[in-house]
Amino acid sequence: MSSRNHSASPPVNSRQSIKSKNFVKKKPVKKSYFDYSLLFLIIFMLAFGLLMLYSTSSYNAAIEFGSSTYYLRKQLQATILGLIAMFIVANMNYRKFVWTGVVGYIVSIIMIFLVLSPLGYEANGARRWIRIAGVSVQPAEVAKISLILLLAVIISNNRQNIRKISITAKIFALCIPMAGSILIITKNMSSALIIVGIAFVMLFIASPKYSHYIILGIAGVSVILVYLFTGSGFRSERVAAWLDPESYAQGKGYQTLQSLYAIGSGGLTGKGLGQSVQKLGYVPEAQNDMVFSIICEELGLFGGIAVILLFLLMIWRFMIIANNAEDLYGSMIVIGVMAHISIQVILNIAVVTNVIPNTGITLPFISYGGTSVVLLLAEMGLVLSVSKRIRLE
Amino acid sequence: MFHSRLKGEYRSRIYNKKKLVLFFFVVVLVFLLLCVRVGYVMIFQSEHYTGMAKKLHERERQIKAARGKLIDRNGVVIASNETVCTVSVIYSQMTDREKVIKILSETLELEEETVRKKVEKFSSREKIKSNVPKETGDLIRSYDLAGVKVDEDYKRYYPFESLASKVLGFTGSDNQGIIGIEVEYEDYLKGVDGEIQTLTDARGVELDHVVEGRKEAIPGKNIMLSLDVNIQKYAEQAAQKVLEEKNANYVSIIVMNPQNGEIYAMVSIPEFNLNSPYTLNYETDEKKGTEEYQNLLNKMWRNPCINDTYEPGSTFKIITATAGLEEGVVTLDSTFSCPGYRMVEDRRIKCHKTIGHGSENFVEATMNSCNPVFIDVGLRVGPERYFYYLEKLGLLEKTGVDLPGEAGTIIHKLENVGLVEMATMSFGQSFQITPLQLLRAASAVINGGTLITPHFAIGVCDDEGNLTETFEYETKEGAVSAQTSENMKYILTQVVSAGGGKNGQVEGYNIGGKTATSEKLPRGSGKYIGSYIGFAPADDPQVIAICMIDEPEGIYYGGTIAAPVIRSLYENILPYLNIKKAEQ
Repeated sequence: MSSRNHSASPPVNSRQSIKSKNFVKKKPVKKSYFDYSLLFLIIFMLAFGLLMLYSTSSYNAAIEFGSSTYYLRKQLQATILGLIAMFIVANMNYRKFVWTGVVGYIVSIIMIFLVLSPLGYEANGARRWIRIAGVSVQPAEVAKISLILLLAVIISNNRQNIRKISITAKIFALCIPMAGSILIITKNMSSALIIVGIAFVMLFIASPKYSHYIILGIAGVSVILVYLFTGSGFRSERVAAWLDPESYAQGKGYQTLQSLYAIGSGGLTGKGLGQSVQKLGYVPEAQNDMVFSIICEELGLFGGIAVILLFLLMIWRFMIIANNAEDLYGSMIVIGVMAHISIQVILNIAVVTNVIPNTGITLPFISYGGTSVVLLLAEMGLVLSVSKRIRLE
Repeated sequence: MFHSRLKGEYRSRIYNKKKLVLFFFVVVLVFLLLCVRVGYVMIFQSEHYTGMAKKLHERERQIKAARGKLIDRNGVVIASNETVCTVSVIYSQMTDREKVIKILSETLELEEETVRKKVEKFSSREKIKSNVPKETGDLIRSYDLAGVKVDEDYKRYYPFESLASKVLGFTGSDNQGIIGIEVEYEDYLKGVDGEIQTLTDARGVELDHVVEGRKEAIPGKNIMLSLDVNIQKYAEQAAQKVLEEKNANYVSIIVMNPQNGEIYAMVSIPEFNLNSPYTLNYETDEKKGTEEYQNLLNKMWRNPCINDTYEPGSTFKIITATAGLEEGVVTLDSTFSCPGYRMVEDRRIKCHKTIGHGSENFVEATMNSCNPVFIDVGLRVGPERYFYYLEKLGLLEKTGVDLPGEAGTIIHKLENVGLVEMATMSFGQSFQITPLQLLRAASAVINGGTLITPHFAIGVCDDEGNLTETFEYETKEGAVSAQTSENMKYILTQVVSAGGGKNGQVEGYNIGGKTATSEKLPRGSGKYIGSYIGFAPADDPQVIAICMIDEPEGIYYGGTIAAPVIRSLYENILPYLNIKKAEQ
């Protein structure tokens, strides 16, 4: 973290600022801030992600597409696009994005419905994409950033009344059409869960109340449990496979079990980069949801925990930035992004290690997915933009 | 660490901060729990999942063990292995299927359609052809086609092709013995297959250069046989010659050491080519693969020396004479008279010389092969004692030769043997034995009374022909008394030097022997087996041989057609065996 200390707030400068404060009380020296440590984390994570993506996908890419770099190239293109978006957004005043909340919200709901149209595009047996001019986009990813922007504006505008349950309920209700359409139209329960989770976390942090959220949280978890355990057919089989994947090794438990094989055979030190056997077609779509299991297999417990800690560091930076943001709007944007990333990381690792039933969810920055990485980097741009407005006294 | 202070813009922000920190610590807690979970799987369940994953990833591929060689008594290899190739294709690894189809159909001489079907079949590994000669395999390898695998394998190879075919036997597609020695010594010859454990991807494709474990194949043991390639060749030539001359059904010759039972040669002409055992050795209208064709193959593979029984006829008089001498009911000087027939109960049994041999002693009677005399001797011994001697001479049991499918004796039950049966048995009729049984009994008679076990395998040897393990075979002493054995050698020498076996005489050697002419069943069919047993040197027999000519055309007397075969054989092999000529 030396780089952060060095670049974020050089001790010399801060001492100066403290000194100056002592002498000239009414005229603080304005120092612009930029969270270089977060930028470093993002770039490190992207590089690591591309490396692991290549390691995980090259064998299958060579067989399926005749080129071992097929997935890497596509992801690299999206990453470059995302980095450009990140730097543009980071250098803009985030307060000029107020309008994007409403527009993004409407656009993303329209996009979700477009999946039903001929523009809809199916991959890996799920119809979750729309394809325009050769570029495929996942509307659920657009919805996440839109919701964050929208809720940030609305919470910021209603900050005086946020303790009122009616206001809270109205704001929370905004996520329902979005989550509902994602769940019903794209059959993407994990994205719907993340949408609801982001709204829940943003409102919880904005509001001074606890009781509402405890009740809502318990209710939400109960609904999910009831949904899982009272279901029949597909759903109950999924739960059964979760409880005992080895008995469903050829069916619903296959992917989970293969993931556990990968993690388990990694051991303490792992097999070494590129040495995974499970990625050779055993773990289905290893470069997508299950990439964490291959990280564990190749880099061992050390590598697996290092990745978790990297995400934790990132989330810690979000907290720092959110706490110090210039205004509530900026703070809420960062909180939304923080909620998004933490929920998604937790769900992904929980699925991969079979803590919760299998639901398709990607690991941010590392899993293969163009829309995801572009919009994640756009979110990072927003966070960096907020960090730039932090004023040091 | 953070040396800055925020402007307190909003009062409500105080709540946000607290709850944000709370949220952060909830996230930290959950992350830590996930770390614990990951740690649990990777440390405590590691062994479990690693084992299961390994089972999933590893494929075992067999390394075939080289089959042990068959080596003759002088170290000549008579059955070995040649390297052949199996050509297969791996669907997912092929890049240019058309080229693969073209090259494989050309080099393997297969229909393009057949190859195309296999090449275009979606499977992890598809075998195109096995038992491909090594040169063809090397040629295919030289094209370096992606997805085409050429694996080496062993195939049994018999350098002498048809030599001793019915004795050696051959192997099937899995290199397992089908008939003969190859079956009998399967456990020694087959060895233990090895294994290569390789890693494969989920499609079952082996990962190059990743060999997890390797268990080397243990090659089978070589078996040294008592066969002598040269004697076998002489015998086959002699048999082939007489087969053609007499247009016989088949001709068998067994050459054995009467002292220890080692078989030097066992011939049944026509032999077949061991390198293509599924092709008949003659033309036929039957189609390959039909049941009829298979029956003809089975017939071709039969070894009449041990698999079939026959009525031995006059050669069996050796046994009757031995029984008579042992029992003391006859001596060399006993005199008999032959009127040309003998009445037994109401049956008139003819002598082959219908005018009769007149007055003759026992030696002369044997030289004349006189049936009435032997009827007398047989009847004097009586069924019970006769069966006792048959048993002592091993004629009521199998010889125990180390070949599969040996036939047993077909004979009356003792209680059913009346005078007529006893009379006919005395000169070798009304029961059936194998030629090898007779040869074994005759060996006991002339070797001083030791009943040996005829056999082929001497022991296990290395590639240089040095024995590392010697097999033991059962011998029973006292089957015949020494005196009787001496007498019998004398009588049988007389048979060859001045009696019915004179065509078996080899110049310069003392030869003993006995001829036979048996009419095949049913009587009156005009089909005969002419046979002859001869041994040399007569005073200390080192080699004994039998020749049988089945269904000869024209003259069928054993003394006329079979004895010369053994004579010509002996003329070659006695010097070869370093058997000294008798002093004049």
